[in-house]
Amino acid sequence: MSTCSESVVLSCENVAKSFDGKMILQNVNLHLNRGELVCLLGQSGVGKTTLFHVLAGLYQPDEGRVLLNGEDVTGKPGKISYMLQKDLLLPYMSVLDNTAMPLIIAGKKKKEARAEASSHFADFGLEGCQKQYPSQLSGGMRQRAALLRTYLSSRGVALLDEPFSALDTLTKSAMHRWYLDVMRRIELSTLFITHDMDEAIVLSDRIYVIGGRPGTVTAEIVIKEPKPRPDDFVLSETFLRYKRRLVSLL
Amino acid sequence: MTRKLRNITDKLPPVIALVVLVAVWAAVCGFGSIPSYMLPSPGSVVKAFVSDFPLLMQHAGATLTEAFAGLGIGILLAFFTASLMDRFSPLYRAVYPLLVVSQTIPTIAIAPLLISWMGFGMAPKITLVVLTTFFPITVGLLDGYKSVDPDAISLYRSMGAKNGLIFTRIKLPSSLSYFFSGLKISASYAIVGAVIAEWLGGFEGLGVYMTRVKKAYSFDKMFAVILLIVIISLLLMGLVALIKRAVMPWERKGAKES
Ligand SMILES: Nc1ncnc2c1ncn2[C@@H]1O[C@H](COP(=O)(O)OP(=O)(O)O)[C@@H](O)[C@H]1O
Ligand SMILES: [Mg+2]
Repeated sequence: MSTCSESVVLSCENVAKSFDGKMILQNVNLHLNRGELVCLLGQSGVGKTTLFHVLAGLYQPDEGRVLLNGEDVTGKPGKISYMLQKDLLLPYMSVLDNTAMPLIIAGKKKKEARAEASSHFADFGLEGCQKQYPSQLSGGMRQRAALLRTYLSSRGVALLDEPFSALDTLTKSAMHRWYLDVMRRIELSTLFITHDMDEAIVLSDRIYVIGGRPGTVTAEIVIKEPKPRPDDFVLSETFLRYKRRLVSLL
Repeated sequence: MTRKLRNITDKLPPVIALVVLVAVWAAVCGFGSIPSYMLPSPGSVVKAFVSDFPLLMQHAGATLTEAFAGLGIGILLAFFTASLMDRFSPLYRAVYPLLVVSQTIPTIAIAPLLISWMGFGMAPKITLVVLTTFFPITVGLLDGYKSVDPDAISLYRSMGAKNGLIFTRIKLPSSLSYFFSGLKISASYAIVGAVIAEWLGGFEGLGVYMTRVKKAYSFDKMFAVILLIVIISLLLMGLVALIKRAVMPWERKGAKES
């Protein structure tokens, strides 16, 4: 295992969660190291989003706890950036105001918040869209706006729930390259959900396989290839070896 | 450009229908088959409208005052009630069904009661307008608050937002279009409500004037008042639409499929 306790930024211990008496998650243990990109892979309905809600402090787990940099943050929202499965850009706010909201919530003045958000628009491929409304953007741009908003609410750790799943294959791989680049520049640790095996292998440092009923971590795979991985990585024998292993686990 | 063209072609059929209707009306009156004191011709209605114009405006002023006062109070009350009900869900569950049912109570049935309780001044008229405008706006706002995607609230809570901010930044703006649909109905209810209350007694207002000209069998003047009420209601609804456009600019910006 690649655990080195000093570098763990986020972890959860023995998390269990049920709805109306039905166990959804049981005995979930996982951790995220600084600068890592770790993926949760599992079939839909297994409880991945529920686990993210617990990690983000939106759900109080029935059992277990969540630790952020050693501090117990179980049931305390507002500490970890969380990008939900939908982009959730508010239709009545300009793209700039949407992305500046986390800064305003954090107590910044409107003008400052806008200036700071705007300064990242070029990096996120959104330059010139500040005054537009979300409905005027393409799918990929909306996703990047949602990512910028997540980044601006960032406290170093981000949870991304199927961030790229709505995009077509070409847009998707462009977004992958772009996201890895952004992550490296801003030293972000990311835990993200996908049900796309290829995406998981291309992007991750490690993969947690979530399965069973109730859901739990059934396997952990370390992807040792250095990053960024070349474009033809998906065609390599190494890639296929990882994929075969995953297929056998799922 | 094409949008403007479609706008015109959309409006053409009802305009033609209206012209035909007025023409038939004029023809019926022209044949003399109905006595003119029972059904005045379109021409005499317009004549009455023009000659009575200053008087009509004076009465319209009183009616509009009642309508605006009642609508204003109704809006404030609706915001207060809806926000409170949204904040406390037991209150919502207890009161919402009552609100919906109460909308079926006919205004006309309450008006005489209000008059006997409050006299012939403006108070009972304003109260009636408050009652008629309050419900559509409250229900509209409540539906609007409920229309908010719970995930949007989760997202904002994960950013550390508190209830107050979630209310002002998400719930309120998300319910604006519901509010305006309620307001559009309420604006025309407000005029009709005030007029109905005036029928039952008072010193000024279009309803008072209507009962007067009815007693004198001046049906041309009666029709002129009705015409004015229609015009005022349409203008008010237009005003609501204009305000909505100004307040909700994002509704107009070309939405792109995504
Ligand atoms: N708020 C909730 N109330 C009741 N059941 C829920 C709730 N959220 C999720 N569930 C249930 O929990 C299970 C796992 O859902 P979810 O975490 O969304 O799965 P995944 O993200 O892996 O597709 C599903 O069966 C879903 O119906
Ligand atoms: Mg999910």
